[in-house]
Amino acid sequence: MSSREDILNSIRGIQREKKPLPDLPDYRLGDDLVDLFTRAILANKGEVMNREEFEIWLSSSDFQQIVSIPESFQSYSTQELPEDPHQLDNLQLAILEAQFGVAENGAMWMDDSQLPHRVLPFITEHLVLVLSKQKLVDTMHQAYERIGDEHSGFGLFVAGPSKTADIEQSLVVGAHGAKSLRVVLI
Amino acid sequence: MSHPKAASQFLKDQANSHWHDETLWMVREKRDIISKTIPEWEELRNLASQIKDNVLSNLDSYLEEFEANALKNGIQVHWAKDAHEHNQIVLGILQEKNCKAIVKSKSILTEECHLNPYLEKNGVEVVDTDLGERIVQFLQQPPSHIVMPAIHLKKRDISALFHEKLDTEKGNEDPSYLTNAARLHLREKFLGSKVAITGVNFGIAETGEFVVCTNEGNADMGVHLADVHIACMGIEKIIPRRKDLGAFLRLLARSATGQPITNYNSHFRSPAKGKEIHIVLVDNGRTLQLGREKFKNSLKCIRCGACMNTCPIYRRSGGYSYGSTVPGPIGSILSPGLDMEKYSTLPFASTLCGSCSDVCPVKINIHEQLYEWRQEITKNHGEASKSIAMKLASVIFKSPLAYQFSGAMMRKAVRNLPKGLIYNPLNAWGKNRDLPEAPKESFQEWYKKNRK
Repeated sequence: MSSREDILNSIRGIQREKKPLPDLPDYRLGDDLVDLFTRAILANKGEVMNREEFEIWLSSSDFQQIVSIPESFQSYSTQELPEDPHQLDNLQLAILEAQFGVAENGAMWMDDSQLPHRVLPFITEHLVLVLSKQKLVDTMHQAYERIGDEHSGFGLFVAGPSKTADIEQSLVVGAHGAKSLRVVLI
Repeated sequence: MSHPKAASQFLKDQANSHWHDETLWMVREKRDIISKTIPEWEELRNLASQIKDNVLSNLDSYLEEFEANALKNGIQVHWAKDAHEHNQIVLGILQEKNCKAIVKSKSILTEECHLNPYLEKNGVEVVDTDLGERIVQFLQQPPSHIVMPAIHLKKRDISALFHEKLDTEKGNEDPSYLTNAARLHLREKFLGSKVAITGVNFGIAETGEFVVCTNEGNADMGVHLADVHIACMGIEKIIPRRKDLGAFLRLLARSATGQPITNYNSHFRSPAKGKEIHIVLVDNGRTLQLGREKFKNSLKCIRCGACMNTCPIYRRSGGYSYGSTVPGPIGSILSPGLDMEKYSTLPFASTLCGSCSDVCPVKINIHEQLYEWRQEITKNHGEASKSIAMKLASVIFKSPLAYQFSGAMMRKAVRNLPKGLIYNPLNAWGKNRDLPEAPKESFQEWYKKNRK
């Protein structure tokens, strides 16, 4: 007998009382979502800015290697997207578009349609996500409602920069992934 | 080694054990604060618990649904009855790919299966990429906590370790500096690995996708740069619907570290073009535990570690005192199911205060199961010194006169007996404990005087 059959038969052999699957209520926040979202991102050690503030920040920094995907931000790209994602190792800035954001925790959703390489938001030294103010939902319940049964090979909630507290519980931002996260709310 | 013996080792370094206690309590407090910001918190715990009840009562059909959908998505699915078969499957994939070095993100299941030593014995270099796990791997230690693997170490230890392994400046204990050194070291490993292994936080039957949560981004750095992703998943990690993630992701990070969500939550449904994803579904004692009516609820665990952070025993005795892959209260109800002889002291490493059950996001009755395991274990072993005391207590509690008399005796004795009589080697209780000051009178006496 295969292990598959063995495991499934072991489970089937156990007397189990049927337990119903509960419905999930539509819990909401019902407050100013932009304000809640902004506070969540700050708490996750990210920053929130408008386009003007973003332009000022970008012009004051000295990035040589930028990949920018969102349509109205493509002019910031300094290079073509390489075919092999390993070549993104020296990437200093990735600008990507998020489909929507979650006000309760700052999480922003992207899938394969925003990510020409799945590793982009991780391998880049700094990450900027562009998000429309109109596309905020209250909690994770509405987030999954919104995703629905959309089919993507990969989907990702990003809520902040890469971080760790594995050394004496001291928070360090910039573990393996992006060392900073900026959200441009438009 | 028994839990009390191992715990006394940990308590030898008083400063460190005190720091450990306080730090984990701080994490517990963060969990309290953030949970109170969600009005529906208790309802969410109920819902999560009910969803898991439903999963356990239909585990076979959910596993079949998950498998069918995963296959449809182009994921290769393997089944492993035990740890050895799991390890063989993983090695088989690596050998087929001719792969001699892999990166691995946090997976308690692979710790449970002792995958690392198995692969190393077979000539594969394994690099754990979670910072805490890399630290303990350098020291050839297992994680001492499932969420904070290196919580038993101080920065001076890590500084000395990194000086030796990564050539960092001697004496530089700055966590940012040390983390950056690990970042550079592990970046090389990510870029060079053809196969990456991850654990699984949730597998969704409805879609055949699975979710991996990290704060460091190490799981994604590994799998997106590799050609092959192997995800190792205990069969109890199944949830029915995608929308159930709404409840579980709201609970997980808040319970674990007091943050509203982990910074990266990756949903893997099908491999990127030209790549492969394999899932290994592992039983290793889970179906046995499912068959134990009193203990099956332990399989609801989502591995947040909240029960460890709150446990007065775990905080004061450290993860290694348990000698099991999953330490702390949840480990003490899971491990005896795997080997009751070996882990016989663990259910006794508890005050039965119930704090673990109070913080558990899926409402596992941990302290009640600890009590139940004690019954099972004493049925099999018996413990002489404790049972004499218990028999005496039973006589005293049954007779009101004996109870009053012995109470008066105890109050006198505690005040007047020489310390040496209380704190002697025969009295295990006296180790690291102080008796409270005995009151002059019993409550009954006080009540008679004051409430006439």
